[in-house]
Amino acid sequence: MFAATAGNTPGGVSAGLDTGLDTFPRLLLAHARTRPDRPAIREKDLGIWQSWTWAEAAREVRGMARGLAELGFKRGDRLAIIGDNRPRLYWAMCAAQMLGGVPVPMYQDAVAQEMTFVLLDAGIHIAIVEDQEQVDKLLEVKDQCPELLQIIYDDPRGLRHYTEPFLHGLEELLVAGKILDANQPDFLAQEIAQGRPDDVAIMLYTSGTTGKPKGVCQTHGALIAAAEGGCGFDALTDKEDILSYLPMAWVGDNLFSYAQALVAGFTVNCPESSETVLTDLREIGPTFYFAPPRVFENLLTQVMIRMEDAGALKRKLFHYFMAVAKRCGADVLDGKPVGGKDRLLYALGDLCVYGPLKNVLGMSRIRVAYTAGAAIGPDLFRFYRSIGINLKQLYGQTETCAYVCLQPDGQIKLDSVGLPAPGVEIKIAANGEILVRGPMLLKEYYQRPDATAESINAEGYFMTGDAGFLDVDGHLKIIDRAKDVGKLDNGAVFAPNYIENKLKFFSYIKEAVAFGHGRAMVCAFINIDIGAVGNWAERRGMPYAGYNDLAGKPEVYALIQECIEQVNADLAHDAMVADTQIHRFLVLHKELDPDDDELTRTRKVRRGFVAEKYAVLIDALYGGKTSQFIETEVKFEDGRKGKVSADLVIRDVKTFAPARKAA
Amino acid sequence: MARQIGEVILDLQNVSLAFGGVKALTDISFEVREHEVRAIIGPNGAGKSSMLNVINGVYRPQAGEIILRGEHFRQMNPYKAACVGIARTFQNIALFKGMSVLDNIMTGRNLKMKANIFQQAFRLGAARREELEHRAKVEEIIDFLEIQHIRKTPVGRLPYGLQKRVDLARALAMEPQILLLDEPMAGMNIEEKQDMSRFILDVNDQMGTTIVLIEHDMGVVMDVSDRVVVLDYGKKIGDGTPDEVRGNPEVISAYLGAGH
Repeated sequence: MFAATAGNTPGGVSAGLDTGLDTFPRLLLAHARTRPDRPAIREKDLGIWQSWTWAEAAREVRGMARGLAELGFKRGDRLAIIGDNRPRLYWAMCAAQMLGGVPVPMYQDAVAQEMTFVLLDAGIHIAIVEDQEQVDKLLEVKDQCPELLQIIYDDPRGLRHYTEPFLHGLEELLVAGKILDANQPDFLAQEIAQGRPDDVAIMLYTSGTTGKPKGVCQTHGALIAAAEGGCGFDALTDKEDILSYLPMAWVGDNLFSYAQALVAGFTVNCPESSETVLTDLREIGPTFYFAPPRVFENLLTQVMIRMEDAGALKRKLFHYFMAVAKRCGADVLDGKPVGGKDRLLYALGDLCVYGPLKNVLGMSRIRVAYTAGAAIGPDLFRFYRSIGINLKQLYGQTETCAYVCLQPDGQIKLDSVGLPAPGVEIKIAANGEILVRGPMLLKEYYQRPDATAESINAEGYFMTGDAGFLDVDGHLKIIDRAKDVGKLDNGAVFAPNYIENKLKFFSYIKEAVAFGHGRAMVCAFINIDIGAVGNWAERRGMPYAGYNDLAGKPEVYALIQECIEQVNADLAHDAMVADTQIHRFLVLHKELDPDDDELTRTRKVRRGFVAEKYAVLIDALYGGKTSQFIETEVKFEDGRKGKVSADLVIRDVKTFAPARKAA
Repeated sequence: MARQIGEVILDLQNVSLAFGGVKALTDISFEVREHEVRAIIGPNGAGKSSMLNVINGVYRPQAGEIILRGEHFRQMNPYKAACVGIARTFQNIALFKGMSVLDNIMTGRNLKMKANIFQQAFRLGAARREELEHRAKVEEIIDFLEIQHIRKTPVGRLPYGLQKRVDLARALAMEPQILLLDEPMAGMNIEEKQDMSRFILDVNDQMGTTIVLIEHDMGVVMDVSDRVVVLDYGKKIGDGTPDEVRGNPEVISAYLGAGH
């Protein structure tokens, strides 16, 4: 078992590479031999968790690989994979790799036009997609993508009347492939034998906060090194259960649900649909869990809303024991000494509050949970740790297989992302940019030698574009994107993310965009959280007709203003950022949306785009106006367009005198 | 198109229905062919819902006959209608608000359950096996209508559009040959209407179910139906394909308005 042998040393990182299991197809076949009857993957379908053992999974993958080969898929070809997390789509990745090809998972909620870029850039000939929705999108853009020759779908529903000759059901492909494989097993054996660890295993497109997306080519060796490092670091075994619900096109899902699952041999669980994730989470009770901060935030918001609606006794109990947890919960988790009375109270709290709460959240069995992708609010982070969930942060990006820093058990610092992961070297450049080097680095950007050369320096360090520093214990702290860090007129350092994250910790604030570079003061756009503010309004008997209406209410403005003033008070405490208190704000009339290009598909604000689109609002903020009319075009999910308009109120916020530089 | 519209499956001949002096339906005849989507349209009070209620036996017409697959019925009753494979949804959703979506849909299997009350109460072998079979069927419908996420939610807590979908699911659980839909899209927003239209077409296409629907939204009617009957003041004033009906001057003046 790799997890047992990998260990927490740089030497252990290459265990798999030493044993000859240096590509994913080889790992899969090894599991099919050594643990044929353990569950490899589960999927909830028709209300029941269906599972496939490693032996069955290997058989399916082989069948699919054979079927793909029959369709003309060859070594070096790219295979587009589009859909929710489905066993067959994961198998398709492995099937492509068996043939020496490169799977290219794509964001399943992208509209058709967004897909053309990747389809063209990657030169896709064959695409495997989940269902009719994805087939329709590909048919829509097929004329623009002359190289796209074959489309294979998993779920035949609604596709019976599609007569396109290039459209095939995965079922037929599998059946034919399995027969071929049984008759001629040597074909695949030879293909697998040709695989080398420095072959490209996968291409993931970066979300494009900066310019056009680029295809990041990761090799088998890099991903396996990152996966082994991670498994060793947290002692992951083949007994783990993970729920795979994040987009397959995202590097994190690739690392946790694919690379680590294949390295450690644990079980991947696919939810029934994207809307049932919370129920499925509860049913599976994963032992290893990953979620971006946003998910943890939503869960906490829901818990808080439900507590507000609970009876007085329950509410009292909850708040009392949450105070206990806040005092000693994290120390109990870290195994630090805790007084007898607190220990007793915590145990009692676990019985009446934390235990049931974790159960409701589906987190009772979690041994290790990670979050990354954005900074997590310290209070949010503390909340989960205090109720006994071993939530940790990690740091990495697509180019580094999401494997740069990990927080070790027992050494959790709220504002750092942990120590360099086994095998990873970190250096801080003179301008504060974080540079990393190690086996997990990308091979190249697909057909972009210029971009590759730009991002890897002469010493082989990858330039992350993040600004940060190593603290006295060697833990890495991230401040912001290096290019986002700006300066106010008076020279004070302005880190917008830092401020926005503080704002977003309030459950009422869903999204915030702070401006200030080259200006005299900081101003902000706010998106309210319709769930939390809606509930708040309902409890006050305040009627509202939707987001636009609610966002404009003076009561809501007052509520948000209060939150911002608290952030200002907080900022004033820290001499470094005291000058960047927020002076003015407005609540946007629509939610920032990836369909309108305001957020990336991973829901990061596209700062430049937003600033440009809402330039008139920024002018109003800095021009001292008290309101501003705006009309904006919005795209609906089905591709239609509409308009929303509003007279936005702009308010001033109280700022605080900076604390004397005593600290 | 793979879906073949077949023989006449349901034939209404000279149906008249009056409540006291109010004539709800006057001498109406039309037929429904197997596998088609047949719409009944008309202004408020034209007798559309009465027509559906005659078909599934809630109202007894004073005159006329219903011929279902060659079998003559002087009058129908709801139980008989259900037994011969006619299911319906209601304009004002008829579901058990306090029960879960799953349980509500299970009630649609009622007629198909064979185990007796004792077997069911004590979950004896036969009843258990049967329940599993029914549950499997219900799960297929849940999957079909994409309501997995609300499987265990009490119906009363769902938004209107979803309740309508559950109502459809319950009707589908009967595995009907003819499905009567009473304003399936009333009160829905555009997105919900689009979803519902897609589901109706999918049901018709993939399960082969014959569908008779009443609908107000002309766009929807013209898009989904094969043939349309137009009623006005209890009388039939038009019958034909959507294009024919759209071109019929009588229909235009009565319903669509002069401007169209």
